[in-house]
Amino acid sequence: MTVDIGETIVGLEIHVQLATATKLFCGCSTDYQDDGPNTHCCPVCLGLPGALPHVNRKAVEYGLKVAKALDMRVPEESEFARKNYFYPDLAKAYQITQSDKPLAVEGTVEIEDDEGHEKIVRITRAHLEEDPGRLVHVGGGSKYSLVDYNRSGIPLLEIVTEPDMRSPQEARRFLNKLRTILEYLGVFDGEREGGLRVDANISMRGSERVEVKNISSYKGVEKALTFEVTRQRNLLRRGQKVARETRHFMEGRGITTSARSKEEAHDYRYFPDPDLGPIRVTGWLAGIDLPELPTARKNRFMAQYGISLNHARTLTGDPRLADFYEHVAHIEPVLAATWVADTLLGELNYRNMGIAAVPAEQIIELLALLRSEAITDRAGVQVLREMLDACAAGKPCEAPAAIVEREGLARVVGDDFTPIVQAVVAANPQAVEDYRAGKKGALNFLVGQVMKETRGRADPRELGRIVSEYIDTGGV
Amino acid sequence: MITESDIEHIAELADIGISKDEVPEFTRQFNTIIEYFEVLDTIEGEGAPDTGAVNVFRDDEPRPSLSQEEVLANAGATEDGFIKAPRVM
Amino acid sequence: MAGTLKFSPDDRCNAFITTCAEAPFGEGVLAGTAVAVKDNISTAGIQTTCGSKILEGYVPPYDAHVVELLRRAGAAIVGKTNMDEFGMGSTTETSAFGPTKNPVDLERVPGGSSGGSAAAVAAGLVSMALGSDTGGSIRCPAAFTGIVGLKPTYGRVSRYGLIACANSLEQIGPMARTVEDASRLMSVIAHHDPRDVTMLDRPYDHQPVAGVRGLRIGIPEEFFGEGVDPRVAEKVRDAIGVLEGLGAETVRVSIPGMQYALAAYYVICTSEASSNLARFDGVRYGPAVDTRKSWHEAYQDLRRELLGAEVRRRIMLGTFALSAGYAGDYYTKAQAARRKIQEDFERVLRETDVIAGPTMPTVAFRLGEKTDPVSMYLSDILTAPANLAGIPAISVPCGRVDGLPVGLQIMGRRFEDERVIDAAYTYEQEVRA
Repeated sequence: MTVDIGETIVGLEIHVQLATATKLFCGCSTDYQDDGPNTHCCPVCLGLPGALPHVNRKAVEYGLKVAKALDMRVPEESEFARKNYFYPDLAKAYQITQSDKPLAVEGTVEIEDDEGHEKIVRITRAHLEEDPGRLVHVGGGSKYSLVDYNRSGIPLLEIVTEPDMRSPQEARRFLNKLRTILEYLGVFDGEREGGLRVDANISMRGSERVEVKNISSYKGVEKALTFEVTRQRNLLRRGQKVARETRHFMEGRGITTSARSKEEAHDYRYFPDPDLGPIRVTGWLAGIDLPELPTARKNRFMAQYGISLNHARTLTGDPRLADFYEHVAHIEPVLAATWVADTLLGELNYRNMGIAAVPAEQIIELLALLRSEAITDRAGVQVLREMLDACAAGKPCEAPAAIVEREGLARVVGDDFTPIVQAVVAANPQAVEDYRAGKKGALNFLVGQVMKETRGRADPRELGRIVSEYIDTGGV
Repeated sequence: MITESDIEHIAELADIGISKDEVPEFTRQFNTIIEYFEVLDTIEGEGAPDTGAVNVFRDDEPRPSLSQEEVLANAGATEDGFIKAPRVM
Repeated sequence: MAGTLKFSPDDRCNAFITTCAEAPFGEGVLAGTAVAVKDNISTAGIQTTCGSKILEGYVPPYDAHVVELLRRAGAAIVGKTNMDEFGMGSTTETSAFGPTKNPVDLERVPGGSSGGSAAAVAAGLVSMALGSDTGGSIRCPAAFTGIVGLKPTYGRVSRYGLIACANSLEQIGPMARTVEDASRLMSVIAHHDPRDVTMLDRPYDHQPVAGVRGLRIGIPEEFFGEGVDPRVAEKVRDAIGVLEGLGAETVRVSIPGMQYALAAYYVICTSEASSNLARFDGVRYGPAVDTRKSWHEAYQDLRRELLGAEVRRRIMLGTFALSAGYAGDYYTKAQAARRKIQEDFERVLRETDVIAGPTMPTVAFRLGEKTDPVSMYLSDILTAPANLAGIPAISVPCGRVDGLPVGLQIMGRRFEDERVIDAAYTYEQEVRA
């Protein structure tokens, strides 16, 4: 018996911590990452009796900036409501959020679908709310937990999408795109742990929907959803039903587990927060200036620098990387794109370094050396690695020319190779014979041997020509 | 008509501990009180009370927080700067 | 001028939960004046309990805005007064620290929920006190103990530091033996505080002026209807007659929305309270929750043990009213009713300058008399409308029935607390003379 399983349908709810200096409803600083627990709290965010919330204007402005960037509509009036539930990290036993009257509604984000075509993901709404505190579960079967209220009251923008994504990969691409937009807008600190948290709704068309909560990194989303696709499809394939439920993502194990049924019986008893008046900010939209957003910048990069779609996409995927590229591009845009998007990014990932740590002036010098063919690509990589290693170790960064000089990496040209070629050919008669018999691999082997002797100072294509000419003209 | 099982459900929702022997009394009182609420069913239309204050915002300027000592002063139990709470599971 | 006030009252009425034997004071318009503060108003360094076991031992790390202002005016805060637990009651009998007795008759309740503040003033232990009024909690005890109590216009006094019962209804207000003292205290506490965003910047800075010539007083028939003791009604009519004699003009008016007032009041009040009171979980403050139990079990046990029956009943009522699981949708309807009542008052107050009637339908009850919650709720019928409408309302003594004080209630337009004060002052000066 074959079971007809419908397509995958995914919708996301993204919680973004807004990068304001103070919390959403009080003047406590949001910069608590390096401080001890319960050091950034006041009567308001601790929920002390009698304290009253006071909305941070910047959080509203940031919300509107996102609304404008996602082409959303800002209704005439929005309001804060109380979402009532009991949890030890929720200081007031209600979360101040927006329910019936969100800040913004009906937007769009453009992504690529799995076939590489442009597609639109619709945004349902975006609303402001406060983050709860943080619970630390003491291990070892301990009965109690520990609470830190430093996070309590951090402003969040919750962005809700329509169920428009059709695979975990699309969901990942959507999140990457959204994250990039948020970073371009300067409303979000991408480096902050837990700065972007996701709940995902996923179903197979025709079956019940499952909500996966607690995905605390955006990288976990694809993993959690891939697990769910497999789990749900397997159930359906076996003729079973998918239960409508909430599941938790266990980041460490890469699986989702069913949340207790009690949590699903939630009745949050929303009502407008009587401590806060209505918000009417539709008119503010016109005054909000947006920076050049990723799609526009990508298109400009291709037009202005003549670089490929892939390079433009990679380079504009992070505003800092794009800025870096624009700083070094004047040397030779296409060469710079290859080196920044491919080589440099790879080396940075390997070292877990950020682009901010890279000295742009040294890269400009390196690109100049490469453009003038003073060094080979391979030598260039070696110079780059030495520079990055020094940076990573916190040492002063040597100039590329100095590294070339010290390591003797200057490009060697033409006849200078003859003795080495002679020696390699003489030492590998079998390979020479194979080459003559028409085996392509034999030439590569011989070139490789010469490269090894020259320690990368020669250009492999040039060497290939020299070696084959040498053998063909009967140098032996 | 509110039943005893409604009362038990509401108590659970409100996280108000009620003991079994309180249920009949609460049920009786609830029904009497809710009779008085029923006059609201004759209200037509919607409407929210007029509140004076619109768009009252604060500048994004940090203000001093309480010291950790002050935050912990009223807490029942603390550990390493954290406040102890019952486990949720 | 600054110094310390020694305070060791003979508190036979149980007016205070906490007293300060040595109360520091500074310079200012209230320099050295003993002021009592209701125990739901946060005082840094002084226990603040709301009359509940669940906050026993809680010492706020901050002052309510009104307390900051009192200190700045030089007042000596001599103690925290008894109240119905979280303001839920009209007798001060639901306090976890025992009932307060009425100084006029120790067998009687002082009214509530600001019964401790009223008793402290009426017994002469202090000349003025702060109360709070959600549905009559200043005016009811003022009427029952024969003192003056003002519920200011909503948004005139900062609620910052007032432990919330029903945020959209309540205001802190002055209680005193005379209108002049009430006005003096009002001018100290009514200053703009940006931390309360429901507040408008309309400071009160006023000296009472006698004179009601040409003042149009609306007399709503609903304030003299069923349930109002005819002898109380009579005293109040006499008092209005005094004002007429001084040149005021009376106009018969009607507030049809009054039929919804109690239901709307109790739905809104219990809904907001059910949310406000959920934070008392014994984690951050208050008697410690048992961290060896699981969360919900520990929390339910704590609340069963430390909250009184009336508070638990109202939390459940509010939870019920807000719950999506029941068809009533009472909260939304109550808001619509509230709007209607507001509009009724606005309409009447276009034709008239103030509205007058009894503060309470009866004189003070006997201790233990009100055992049934519904009959207790019914006693708020004449005071709750002003809270729903957000308008100022004062209670000023206007004679006695069976030796027990009766209160004349005068209500006015929003932010016209001054006019209400002046009308009460005129009556007071006239009958005192």
